[in-house]
Amino acid sequence: MHPFVLERPRDLSAALSFGAQAGRNDAPVEYIAGGTDMVQLLQEYVRRPDRLVSLAGVLDDGIEIGPQGLRLGAAATMAEVAAHQAVVEHFPLISQALLNSASPQVRNQATMGGNLLQRTRCPYFRDVGYEACNKRVPGSGCAALDGENRWHAVLGTSDDCIAVHPSDLAVALVALDASVELRGTGGDRSVPLSDLHRLPRDTPHLEAVLEPGEVITAITVPATAAGLRSHYLKVRDRASFEFAVVSAAVAIETDGARIRQARVALGGVGTKPWRLPNVETALAGADFEPAVLRQAAALAAEGTRGRGHNDFKIELMQRAIVRAVEIAGARA
Amino acid sequence: MSDSQGTSTASSDITRRELMQAAAVIGGAVLGEQLVPGAISPALAQAAGAATAPLDVSLRINGTEHRLSLDPRTTLLDALREHLHLTGSKKGCGLGQCGACTVLMDGMRVKACLSLAALAQGRDIKTIEGLAQGEELHPLQASFIERDAFQCGYCTSGQIMAGVACISEGHAGSPQEIREWMSGNLCRCGAYDHIVAAIQDAAAVSSSTQEG
Repeated sequence: MHPFVLERPRDLSAALSFGAQAGRNDAPVEYIAGGTDMVQLLQEYVRRPDRLVSLAGVLDDGIEIGPQGLRLGAAATMAEVAAHQAVVEHFPLISQALLNSASPQVRNQATMGGNLLQRTRCPYFRDVGYEACNKRVPGSGCAALDGENRWHAVLGTSDDCIAVHPSDLAVALVALDASVELRGTGGDRSVPLSDLHRLPRDTPHLEAVLEPGEVITAITVPATAAGLRSHYLKVRDRASFEFAVVSAAVAIETDGARIRQARVALGGVGTKPWRLPNVETALAGADFEPAVLRQAAALAAEGTRGRGHNDFKIELMQRAIVRAVEIAGARA
Repeated sequence: MSDSQGTSTASSDITRRELMQAAAVIGGAVLGEQLVPGAISPALAQAAGAATAPLDVSLRINGTEHRLSLDPRTTLLDALREHLHLTGSKKGCGLGQCGACTVLMDGMRVKACLSLAALAQGRDIKTIEGLAQGEELHPLQASFIERDAFQCGYCTSGQIMAGVACISEGHAGSPQEIREWMSGNLCRCGAYDHIVAAIQDAAAVSSSTQEG
């Protein structure tokens, strides 16, 4: 690891004062919370901050449900949220996405805020032996464009980066219209989860909209997303402890044998968690006829761009949507 | 050199551990230069070797408080192995993928290689060395022996610590459930069938003890 000074502030305002910058790779000061992603990146010299500011003990770890909906403190662990009775009962999509993520050990350590800000698993980003990675070294190129790109994105890509956002949690949350609460030295603000991550465009090293010093303090999920029939379908290369090749988060409201309203988001295919409003519109009013579902899911292919090894994802993600809608619809 | 009576001269007062440490340091530097060309610049390698101000860290391991002075980069796993000489927790990948370093923190299983030691202060840490009650093995340690749940043994302490948690969490109800909830621990020898059987056995002992 690159040498760093470790700050262990007593409270959140002290932590904010260091001006740590989450979500960009060239920041000299960074936060560490659960550390499961950060320590890997430090070990591999992918991140080389001069100063690390620990968020241990200074962030809310509560899980609350009320008339407004669900509020997850940023320091709540993946395991705590996945097992929480109110989450399991009213927002099972979140629990499912979490239980399909990482391993039991990592879920005991990793936090909600850190999960959303974890870095891509693109092997060219994670291995400093490759020189070309615009996300790691701005302007150095992208080795994935013509490289081993089976795991890479087909939505939201640019000519500078095709790395996938790896979080399952974020996919479930974006389908449920969640927001994140941010706190900085200048005050608090709330940002829809769909706006938290940036598209790579020509600045893939800037991943999130956080300002220097800002931290995620909580995730909020509106009550309107509670109680929907939902399913998180994750397609991966091994049965457990693996990132998604393609995942689909679906939540539907039914009216007899028809879908009244649908929410659909995809993981494993986008440079950020990817919501599909066009598919949702097509599903509204549809019955569960396979041909109808397939037609709606086909709209997910709009704007996709494969790079060779990952071309199969464009078909696979449509099938994942259909399967997830069918499973969600079959739930009591 | 040792003489035939097994006594040693002053020059041989270097332990096997110190020799291994020295070899690892030298070997690592060479590997860093040769096998990853362009990966780590000389300036970076120099910076990485530079001393950073040590931190006073107090760690509670198996019920005993230890005061250490540690480089901030020290992981909990390295603190256990290199500073406290508790070498039961193993370093496999060092990147959170294999689970050989699994320990319990406040009763929950975590990967010690992904925790900075300085941030584990104030937590209650249990390692494989703290599992047995004196000479009496933990039921899962006994069932690992009974079921022959290992070959080379390198992953075993991590498997056992994860298995203890798997049982206490209530995730040992079926072979399928055990496999899912033990997915954070890899075994390159492929002793999985026996590991699952050992956990089932110990879970049965645990539930009968609770019922009794």
